Amino acid sequence: MPNFIDRRLNPKDKSLGNRQRFLRRARDELKRAINERVRSGKIDAVGEDQVIPIPRKGIGEPTFQRAPHSGRREEVLPGNKTFGTGDRIPRPAAGGGKGSDPSSSGDGEDDFNFVLSREEVLDLFFEDLELPDLVKLNLKEVVTFRPRRAGFTMSGNPTSISVGRTMFNSFGRRIALRRPRQAEIDAVAAELAKLEGERRPSAAILQRIAALREELATLARRRKLIPYIDPIDIRFNRFEPQPVPNANAVMFCLMDVSGSMGEREKDLAKRFFVLLHLFLKRRYAKTDIVFIRHTHEASEVDEDTFFYSTQSGGTVVSTALDEMLRVIRERYPAKEWNIYAAQASDGDNIPNDSEKCVSMLDSTLMRLCQYYAYVEIIDERESEMFRHADNGTSLWNAYREVSAEWPNFEMTRIAKPSDIYPVFHELFAKAPAPAKRG
Amino acid sequence: MEKRSKQLPLLFTSSDWNFDDLSRAYDAIREIAVNELRLDFYPNQIEVISSEQMLDAYSSIGMPLMYQHWSFGKHFVHESNLYRKGRMGLAYELVINSNPCITYLMEENTMALQTLVIAHASFGHNHFFKNNYLFQQWTDAGAILPYMEFAKSFIARCEERYSPAAVEAVLDAAHALMPQAVFRYRRRPRLSVERERARIRERLEHEERTFSDLWRTLPQAAEAEAPREVQTDMSERQSAIEYPEENLLYFLEKNSPVLKPWQREILRIVRVIAQYFYPQRQTKVMNEGCATFVHYTIMNSLYDKGQISEGTMLEVLQNHSNVVFQPHFDDPRYGGLNPYTLGFNMMRDIQRICTEPTAEDRDWFPDFAGNGDWCGTLLDAWATHRDESFIRQFLSPALIRDMRLFSLQEESSDPYYEVMAIHDERGYERVRSSLANSYDVGMTQPDIQAVDADLKGDRKLRIKHTVHNGATLVEETRNETIRYIQRLWGHEVSLVGVDAQTDKVLYEVSSKELGEKA
Repeated sequence: MPNFIDRRLNPKDKSLGNRQRFLRRARDELKRAINERVRSGKIDAVGEDQVIPIPRKGIGEPTFQRAPHSGRREEVLPGNKTFGTGDRIPRPAAGGGKGSDPSSSGDGEDDFNFVLSREEVLDLFFEDLELPDLVKLNLKEVVTFRPRRAGFTMSGNPTSISVGRTMFNSFGRRIALRRPRQAEIDAVAAELAKLEGERRPSAAILQRIAALREELATLARRRKLIPYIDPIDIRFNRFEPQPVPNANAVMFCLMDVSGSMGEREKDLAKRFFVLLHLFLKRRYAKTDIVFIRHTHEASEVDEDTFFYSTQSGGTVVSTALDEMLRVIRERYPAKEWNIYAAQASDGDNIPNDSEKCVSMLDSTLMRLCQYYAYVEIIDERESEMFRHADNGTSLWNAYREVSAEWPNFEMTRIAKPSDIYPVFHELFAKAPAPAKRG
Repeated sequence: MEKRSKQLPLLFTSSDWNFDDLSRAYDAIREIAVNELRLDFYPNQIEVISSEQMLDAYSSIGMPLMYQHWSFGKHFVHESNLYRKGRMGLAYELVINSNPCITYLMEENTMALQTLVIAHASFGHNHFFKNNYLFQQWTDAGAILPYMEFAKSFIARCEERYSPAAVEAVLDAAHALMPQAVFRYRRRPRLSVERERARIRERLEHEERTFSDLWRTLPQAAEAEAPREVQTDMSERQSAIEYPEENLLYFLEKNSPVLKPWQREILRIVRVIAQYFYPQRQTKVMNEGCATFVHYTIMNSLYDKGQISEGTMLEVLQNHSNVVFQPHFDDPRYGGLNPYTLGFNMMRDIQRICTEPTAEDRDWFPDFAGNGDWCGTLLDAWATHRDESFIRQFLSPALIRDMRLFSLQEESSDPYYEVMAIHDERGYERVRSSLANSYDVGMTQPDIQAVDADLKGDRKLRIKHTVHNGATLVEETRNETIRYIQRLWGHEVSLVGVDAQTDKVLYEVSSKELGEKA
C-alpha cells in the first residue's frame, strides 16, 4: 500500500507569484500593446479580459545554442522509403518544412499570446494616471462611520448583551463563591426524605435528620444569596465607530444632443465618457452615472436614450447645469459623494447663455464637484483653426474664465478618436512631482 | 490472448477511479513488478492533482518546490495557452526522482489510465531512477526535496532583503548558463541541507558580529590600506584558479571578483539544480523506454491473469500506441525520433533476442542472444547504460530494418543533404553509431570552457568555444549570454571560437564591443 495523497484541494495559483513577475518583466510591451489597442478605437473592450500578443524578444531566455545549419552534422531519421546510400537530396529553401530542422519543435511562433484579466488591463492602462484634486478627496475621505466590534463593556443597550461572556462571568463567580448546585440540594433532600420515611427512627437517625434539615436550610440560603446571574456578570458588546473612507462616486455625463451634434460627435463623446467611467470604477467601490442631455431644455435619461435617441431643438447649455444641480441636491449630497462631471459639446450655445453657465459654475457647481472636465468636440477641419487655446467657440471662450479660476476645471478639444486617449491622459496625468497634500 | 485463464477477480469495474480501487490496483501491479520483473524501487508516494496543478508543476520544471522567477510564469502562460487551444494534451503523470518517489496523477484520468500511469511512473521510472548508474552517481534522491525547500526560502529571503529586481538579475544570468553549469567528470556535489544552512547562518552571523557602525566614522586615510589587501587577496585567488573550467557557473561562483556572498549562493543553487537534471538529459530514451516497457509488460500480465477487463485493456492499448507513435520523417507530424518509441522498441527487441534469436542476432549479440533471461539482460542494461552507450550496444539490424532508419548528413557548404547509410548490410554500423552520437550530450552541447582570467590586471575573463565540425553558435543568443556572463563577472568577458582540428580562431567577441543591452 503506497502513500496516497489527495492534493486536489491544495491552494491553487501556486504560480501566481511567477505570473506577477512575468507581468512586471513584460510590462513595457504590454502597456504599449494596450495603448495601441485603445488608440485603434476599441475602447469598449478595455474593461474586458484581453489577449495581448507580446513579441518574444523582450522575454527571451538566451543560452549558448548551436546554430541550426552550421558545420557538418549527421542525423538519423525513421521511415526511409526510396533512398539508397549516397543519394543526394536537394536542400529545401530556407524555412522549408523539413523535419530535420531542430527548431521545428518551437512551433515557430513569433508572438506570445498573453491573456490579461480585466484588473490587470486597467492597472496597466491607468498606471500613470492619477485622480485630480487630492485635497478635496482627503477632506472628504472621512465622513461616514461604521460600528466595529471593540471588546466588551459593563453598560450598554440590552440588545447588544453578550450572552456568552455574561454566562462565562456568572459561571466563574458561582464556582468561586461555591453556590450550591441543584444536584447537591437534591441529594440532601433525598436522603432526608428517606430517613424521614423510617418508621421507628433511632436516636442517631433523628440527630442525622436534624443535621440534614439544617444543611438544607443553609444550602437554600446560600442559593438565595448568591444569584445565578448577578448584575456584575453582565457584559455588553462594545462597538466603536470606525471612520470609513468615502468610497462613492457619481459621474455626471452632460451632452448637447441638439441637431449640430451628429453621430461622429456623439461617438467621440461616448468614448471619452467610457474611459472616465472605467477610471472612476477602479477608484471607488460604488460609481453611479447620471446622464443628462440637453437641447434648449435638459433632462435626466438612461444610457441608451442618452447615446442613441435624437431630439431636436436649440441649444441652451445652462439648462443642463440646472438639471445637474437639481440631481445633486436631490440624490447626491456632496458630503457623501465624490462628484465628477464631464461635459461634451460642440461649443454652440445661444448668445448670453454662456455667461450664465460661467456664473453658475463659479457660484455653486465648482464647489460641489471634485472635478469638471469640458470636452469640446470639433471638426477635423476646424482642428487647425483652433490649435491655439485662445480662439474658440462662445462656450470655449466663456469657460476659459472658469478654468483660470478653478484648478479642478479642465477643458480640452477632441477632433478624432485617436485624440481621446492622449487627451484623457493629459487631463489626468500624474503631476511630475506629486506634492503630498493634506 | 484466447488462452487467457480467468483465475483472479477484476481489480475494478467502473471507469471512474477511487482510492480503494487505486490501492488494490497498486498492490496487484507491485506483485508483478517484484515477482515477474524483479524491479527494485524507492517507496512510492502517489499524489492526485488537478489539471491546473499539473500546469503549475510543468512550468516549474517539474519540481514540486521551486523558487519564483518570471520565466516560470512565462512557461505557465505558454503551456496553458497550448492546453486551452487543445494543441497539447497534458501528460497523464509527472514523476520526481526523489526518495520517496513522488508520482502525480491527474484527477481527470480514468481508472484504466491511472493503472497504466502507476505502472509506468511509480514502477518503471522509479526503478530506473534508483538503479541507473548515472542517477546513482549524480543525484541524491533523498536530499533533493529538502534542498529545494532550502533554495526556495533562501531566494525568497534574498528578494526581501535585496529587492526582487536584484535577485532576478542574478537568476536571469545564471539561467542562461545552466547548460554550462554541469560537472561532467567530477563527483556530484553532496547536498546536505543542514550543513548548507549552517554554513549560511555562520556567514551571516559573522557579518553581523563584525559589523560596527564605528568603521563608517573612521577617517578616509585608512582606505589607502585597502587596495593592497585586495591585491594580495586577488593574487591568492588567482593562483587558486584551475583552468580550464567547463562548469562556468561554478567558475563564476568561486572566482568572480564582484559577486556578493548571497549572489554566489544563488549561482550555487542554480548549478545544483542543473546538475540534478544532468542524468535525465542523458537517459531520455532509456528512461522512457524502461517505463513504457514496464507498463506494457505489467498491463499485459494483469490482463492475462484476468484482473482487468477487455475494455480496460483496449483503452490501455490505445493510449500505449499513442505514446509510442512514430511518424515517418516525411510526415508533417514528424518532430524528431520519439524517445518512447525508440526505447520501447529496443527493449522489446532485446526481449525477442533473448528468447527467440535469429542467426543474425546470434551473430551480432553473442553475449546474450538466446540466453532466455530477458529480464536479467534488461535489468543490467537499465543499470549500466546511458542513451548513447545503450544504442551503441543494443540497437539491432532487425530494428533498424523495422523502423527503416537512415542516416542523413548535412554540410553547411553543400546545397544538398547526403544519405550516408540506410538499413542494409553496409549501413547498420553507421546508422547505429550515428544515432548513438546524436544522443551523446558531449557531442551535441557546444564545448565552452573558461580558460583564463586575469584577476590582478584588467580582470578580463577569457572563454573558449572549441568548435567541432564547424558548428557555430546562434549569434543573437550568444551575445545575450555573454552580456549575462559579464554581469556576473563584472568586467570584460571575451569568447573565442577555435576550430578543434586546425586551431584557427573562427570568431572572437568581447562584452566590451557588444556594449549594453540594445
